[in-house]
This record gives sequence, structure tokens and C-alpha cells, in this order.
Amino acid sequence: MGRVSVKNISRIFTKKEDNSGTEALHNVSFDVEDGEFICLLGPSGCGKTTLLRIAAGLETQTSGEITLNGVPITGPDPKRGMVFQQYSLFPWRTVIDNITFGLEMQGISKSEARKHVEKYIELVGLEQFKNSYPYELSGGMQQRAAIARALANEPEVLLMDEPFGALDAQTRNVLQDELLKIWEQKHVTFLFVTHSVDEAVVLSDRIVVMTARPGRIKEIVKVDLPRPRSRTSPEVNHLRDRVLRLLEEERFHR
Amino acid sequence: MKNNFIKTIKENGIEALSLIIVIAIWQLVADRIVQNKLLLPSFYDVTTSFFSIIESGLIFTDALTSLLHFSIGIIAAFVIGIPLGIIMGWFKEANRAIDPIIEILRPIPPLAWIPFAIVWFGLTHQAAGFVVFAGMVFPIIVNTYTGFKNVPKVYVEAAKVLGCTRNLDLIRHIAIPSAMPSIVAGIRISMGVGWMCLVAAEMFGVSNRGLGYQIWHNYYLHRMDFVLVYMILLGFVGLLIDRFFRRYVDAKLLRWTSGTVV
Ligand SMILES: Nc1ncnc2c1ncn2[C@@H]1O[C@H](COP(=O)(O)OP(=O)(O)OP(=O)(O)O)[C@@H](O)[C@H]1O
Ligand SMILES: [Mg+2]
Repeated sequence: MGRVSVKNISRIFTKKEDNSGTEALHNVSFDVEDGEFICLLGPSGCGKTTLLRIAAGLETQTSGEITLNGVPITGPDPKRGMVFQQYSLFPWRTVIDNITFGLEMQGISKSEARKHVEKYIELVGLEQFKNSYPYELSGGMQQRAAIARALANEPEVLLMDEPFGALDAQTRNVLQDELLKIWEQKHVTFLFVTHSVDEAVVLSDRIVVMTARPGRIKEIVKVDLPRPRSRTSPEVNHLRDRVLRLLEEERFHR
Repeated sequence: MKNNFIKTIKENGIEALSLIIVIAIWQLVADRIVQNKLLLPSFYDVTTSFFSIIESGLIFTDALTSLLHFSIGIIAAFVIGIPLGIIMGWFKEANRAIDPIIEILRPIPPLAWIPFAIVWFGLTHQAAGFVVFAGMVFPIIVNTYTGFKNVPKVYVEAAKVLGCTRNLDLIRHIAIPSAMPSIVAGIRISMGVGWMCLVAAEMFGVSNRGLGYQIWHNYYLHRMDFVLVYMILLGFVGLLIDRFFRRYVDAKLLRWTSGTVV
């Protein structure tokens, strides 16, 4: 079960030197159903990463709260997996040992953990590279491994911060399709940050569009289209135009 | 086997030739031009001296003594330097408490500790080991500290969301492996310093055995051919230690850095 509820979240970063503050998030509220795929979309600097980090327990809010199944989030927990925008695989561990890391932390023996994660390696198609070190992998493969690493903990919520941001368009499309397959197989709630309107339209059940800084919710767009979605069907095009227009407005507001 | 031998000669022909020429020139200059064993012992003299200390077994006791001194120093430097560097790198307050002390002690040249080494430990192996330790511990502390300071935040955060949240676990599973290249670099620097300190300590009377001691002893006896033998031995053993360490480290500890460590 992964019901996430974001209630009146605000976050102000204060600089110690001159007491000036940056308001990154202003009163953000929305609810996420169990097993829903939500994309967060908004102009650069509007607080998407900050919101996700608060949900992960890596950052604190100034006011408001985020709950998972009714329980307030106070710190990091393996129930909430995260895939970072930067490459975050541990370079000193092989792919498989990266993926077993979470299980090892739960006290499961390495050999046991290795058997257990085999299916996740298969799921992301890295069987051939499981004994490679991260430096031997392409960017797309590294993010696949990072996804498998997050999945191996069997989280209720998966937080993803532009995981495909650094990849080329082709690889991105492939990974989006793979991610949807994973989402259909595993019962996981997704909170997915992206810059890309295309990505949001292809992936999500609902798109949370945010305003320019301080980030507020501008509109929540429901994507009522059956999957798999064609990237060029008239409905998708129509929706993309609508979301693009919302973002365009934000650009002129600043 | 024979093929291998021929191959080795072919591959290293230039290196071998160059060595042979230098030795030949050395022999000629010493034997024909200088003609003074005190100023420049010839290659032949040095070789005979070398075999004489092998025969008497002296070479083994001295080499082992020096290695013992070195081991005492390196083990003490590891046991004290690495944990200190870790604590300073991970806990801000600990760094603030320890750093001033280190900054005061660090600029003292390690050899300046020799008198105290003798007063505290007498003419024992520990005394020589202490001087080696004084030379080795600071590069180890500083590099361990630097490695810990520079652990990328994203690894720590990734570990936290994967359920690794206790300081001890984060240090063990994230910070130490991430800092390993820096720690290893510190150890390599400190081994060079430690080897120098070892020779000096033995020469300045902290010991009455060891390769460094023999250099000074034979100098007193004006047996410069033996001095040269021990000099070459010191270089050679130092080189062996470094090679051995490097091979172990690259194979075991730093495989993941794809051999970028020089
Ligand atoms: N640790 C921090 N200290 C101070 N200010 C911060 C910190 N983290 C974020 N900010 C500020 O908060 C605002 C929102 O940052 P955030 O990284 O959440 O934006 P974002 O929406 O993820 O942007 P992008 O799409 O470019 O990644 C920015 O103005 C940023 O400067
Ligand atoms: Mg961001």
C-alpha cells in the first residue's frame, strides 16, 4: 500500500549570512492514490526536487506534512525508494552488489540477497552486466541498475527525480516503456519528476503542473488515456498542447 | 620456458643493454681512473661485499630488523591514523577538537623525535618504530580525513533511502570504500616518508642493527663498498615494498576505479 498525501507543504531556505530566504515551495497539497503514477512538472527551480526530497525524508519542510498511508514522514525509510537525477550507483560495488545493498542492510546474507535480486536484474535487462562495475556501464544502464536497486527493497512508493534527464531521446523512450512494464508488474506508487512534457504525458495517470518559484500547484491534469500510449496520437498531442500552454504561462509570469 | 626467456630478452633488450653499459662504465671509472676504494668502490668490490654479507648471514638479520622497525611504525600509524582521520572527517566537532593539536604536531620534522624516542623507549625496536610512526601517521591522517570530507553526498543519501542510516553503517559501507583511493594514496606517501625515517633513525643510533645502522657503521670503518651495498639494498627493499603494496591494492581494493590510480 502506498497512499501519499501532501498537505500544505512549504519550504523556505534561509541563508545564514544575511538572513535572506528563498521560498522554494508554497503551500503545496495533493493526494496520491495507492498504485498511481504521478508526474511532477514545472519550470526549473520551482521546487520539484525539494518536494521529492522531503517525501524521501532527506530534507525537512518549513511547514505542513507529507504522510504515507497516514503516517507522517520524518526520515529516510526503505519503504520509500528513490532514484536520483545524478548517477548514484556505488562505484565500488558491482551491479549486483549495488542491487543487494538494501537487502544486506536489512541483515540478509549476501548470498541470499543475490538469489533474491536475480529477478530484478532480469526485469531491467542487466543479466549480462551484473558482475560489472558501474564505470563499465552506459548512462542508461546505470539508471536501470539504480531502478533495480530501488525496487529490490520492495518499496511502496518510488520517488524518481528526472531519472532519465541525462539520457538521449531514444534511450529515454525505451526506458519509459520499461518503467511502465515494471509499474504494471509491481504494485508501486510512482512520484516522478520530469522536465519533459512528452515524458509526463506518456507515463502518468495525473500530471501535477507547478508554478514558477515559489512552487505552487497550478493545475492537476488527468491523463485518461489507455496504455500503451502512442506518442503521436491526436489525444496525446492535444494533451501535450494543453500542458505546454500551462507551462508557457508560467514562463511569462516571471 | 626457453622461448619465454628469449622473448623477455627481446622485449627488455634496450633496458638491459643500458644497465650493462652503465655498470661497465662504473667499473672502468672506479678501477682505472679513480683507483680509490674510499671515494668510489668498483662494481666488483660491491659484488664481493654483497656476497660476503650473504655468506655471513648478516644481510638477513639486518634486513629483517629493518622490516621489523618498519612494521612497528606502519601498524601503529594505521591503528592511530586511520581511525583519527575517519572521526575527524565524519564528525565536525571531533575535527574542531583534534585539528589544532594535529596542526601543532604535524610541522615537526619526524627526525626531531629521535631524542625522545630514545628516552622513552631506550635502544629498542620500538624506538626506531616510533620514529617511523612519527613520519607516517600525518600523511595517513590527512588523506583519510580528505577522503572522508569528499564522500559525494549522493552516495550517502542513496544509502540512507536504502535503509543504511546509522553512522557506523554509513562509515563502513559508504564512506570508507568511497574514501579508499585517498586513503591508499596517503599510505603510499607515508611509506616513502617512513622508509626515510627508518634509515635516519637507525643511523642516528636508535638501533644497533638494521640496514640503516650498517650504513653508518661501515662508514666509520671506512668500508665504502659495504656502504654502497646497503644503500642499494635500502632502495631495493623500499621498491619491493611499494610494488607489493601497489599490486595488492590495485587487485583488491581499487579494482572499481578501473586502474586509474597511478
Ligand atoms: N539546500 C538548499 N539550500 C538553499 N537553497 C536551495 C537548496 N535546495 C534548493 N534550493 C533552492 O530552492 C529552489 C528549488 O530548488 P529545486 O532543486 O527543488 O528545483 P527543481 O524544481 O528541482 O529545479 P530543476 O528542475 O532545475 O531541477 C531553488 O531556487 C534552489 O535554489
Ligand atoms: Mg531538480
